[in-house]
Amino acid sequence: MKIDRRKFLKLTGATGIGLGLSATDIFTKGTVEASSGHSRVSTAATRLAMVINIGKLKTDDDYQRIIDACHSIHNVPTIDNPKHEVKWIWTDTYKHSFPEQINEYHPEAFMKKRFPLLCNHCDHPPCVRVCPTKATFKRPDGIIQQDMHRCIGCRFCMAACPYGSRSFNWIDPRPHIKEKNTEYPPRTMGVVEKCTFCNERLERGEEPACVESSNGALVFGNLNDPESEVRKILNTHFTLRRKPSLGTMPSVFYVIGGEDYAG
Amino acid sequence: MYNGGKIITGLIIFVALATFPFYANFGKTVELPSELEAEPDEMHLGNIPLVNMRSEHMKLLDQWRDEVVRGGKRFIEYDGDEYEKSLQNGCLGCHEKQEFCTKCHTYAGVKPYCWSCHFAEGEEGLL
Ligand code: HEC
Ligand code: HEC
Ligand code: HEC
Repeated sequence: MKIDRRKFLKLTGATGIGLGLSATDIFTKGTVEASSGHSRVSTAATRLAMVINIGKLKTDDDYQRIIDACHSIHNVPTIDNPKHEVKWIWTDTYKHSFPEQINEYHPEAFMKKRFPLLCNHCDHPPCVRVCPTKATFKRPDGIIQQDMHRCIGCRFCMAACPYGSRSFNWIDPRPHIKEKNTEYPPRTMGVVEKCTFCNERLERGEEPACVESSNGALVFGNLNDPESEVRKILNTHFTLRRKPSLGTMPSVFYVIGGEDYAG
Repeated sequence: MYNGGKIITGLIIFVALATFPFYANFGKTVELPSELEAEPDEMHLGNIPLVNMRSEHMKLLDQWRDEVVRGGKRFIEYDGDEYEKSLQNGCLGCHEKQEFCTKCHTYAGVKPYCWSCHFAEGEEGLL
């Protein structure tokens, strides 16, 4: 069949009308969801999140206890050489934690704090997008999981993560594990690892190790449940997230406040 | 034929080397793990009949690790009890790695790399 110019224009016109109709269709249907506010926010039933009441972490010991709880349970090695270091949760200064903050007049006590940093379990995780083997993926409850069995150690995820939450095992970690937990497998040289929000503890009905050892400074729950404790805190306090302009939508929130201000 | 002698000597050496594994093991008896004399129709947590365990256990482990790590389904119910689908907290709760798994694997010439991460009770060595 030969299509002349006239026929072609008629056909494209008809298709255009068809497209126009379905576009309005989509538009009217879309308004319901759009009214929930941010169009990029997860609508899953569960999105696990953490709120960190920085004011409740007072002594060095308060921080160290959290780190030790996590690292001993998960057989995270302690390696002094910073080039080979492996960390699931660590601390840093205000300036390094929130480099996008241009407000230099947050409460002074707050800005002097050190901040516990960990995987943000982003709603839009860049690490998941770049992983060539789907070793890292997002669970339906929002946890960003790392499947060690599939990790080929390419470190694309480390390049993609804007928070430095991932560590590569440059050397055999086994000799550097302080206290062994024989119920959880350590990793081996050549894989990337990070915080898992303690999925193995959650599945046994326990809280994440850092939350449990924090004396209430760290609160964990379902961000998509308006009645959850994390939502109640977020409703009554201003919080910061790390590097929000990148659009990764972190699930870890830091309550702004210094001393006992943060309830 | 050029260099006939060299070629034939070379061939003989090659054949001798290539068949080395066969005659090196010839006539040797290998001890199987003692656990092998079991009731054949006993069930393995209801997953796989024991008779098939020898050929199927690696598939079960593969399935388990996907279900646990990727599916978040850590427990399995069997006979009213809950069991953990786990290598170090499951299989090795009944079987001793060195005496059971490794013994048979050495016999079969298999070297699972699992132990470079997963702990086995009381030991840290690989294999
Ligand atoms: C509840 C205890 C229990 C658990 C858990 C268990 N087994 Fe067994 N398994 C047995 C028993 C009992 C036998 C029968 C042989 C024997 O006497 O040890 C057996 C037999 C086997 C055999 C067959 C050996 C043969 O005779 O051919 C294999 C292979 C095996 N188990 C692997 C595994 C693996 C892999 C796991 C973990 C996925 C596992 N078992 C978990 C109790 C257990
Ligand atoms: C009766 C002998 C026997 C026993 C006992 C046994 N295995 Fe195996 N296993 C084998 C054989 C044979 C293979 C290789 C199968 C193949 O390559 O197709 C194998 C393969 C495997 C594999 C896959 C290895 C790979 O590289 O793909 C795993 C994992 C494994 N065994 C785990 C275990 C564990 C854990 C135990 C102890 C609880 C155990 N096996 C006990 C015979 C045994
Ligand atoms: C790079 C390290 C690594 C290697 C190698 C590895 N695993 Fe794992 N495996 C893990 C980690 C980490 C988990 C997660 C543990 C958890 O969530 O409790 C896990 C979980 C599992 C689980 C479920 C939970 C449990 O406690 O066992 C199974 C089953 C499993 N692995 C089987 C295997 C088998 C079979 C092999 C060898 C073919 C293997 N793994 C090799 C790191 C490893």
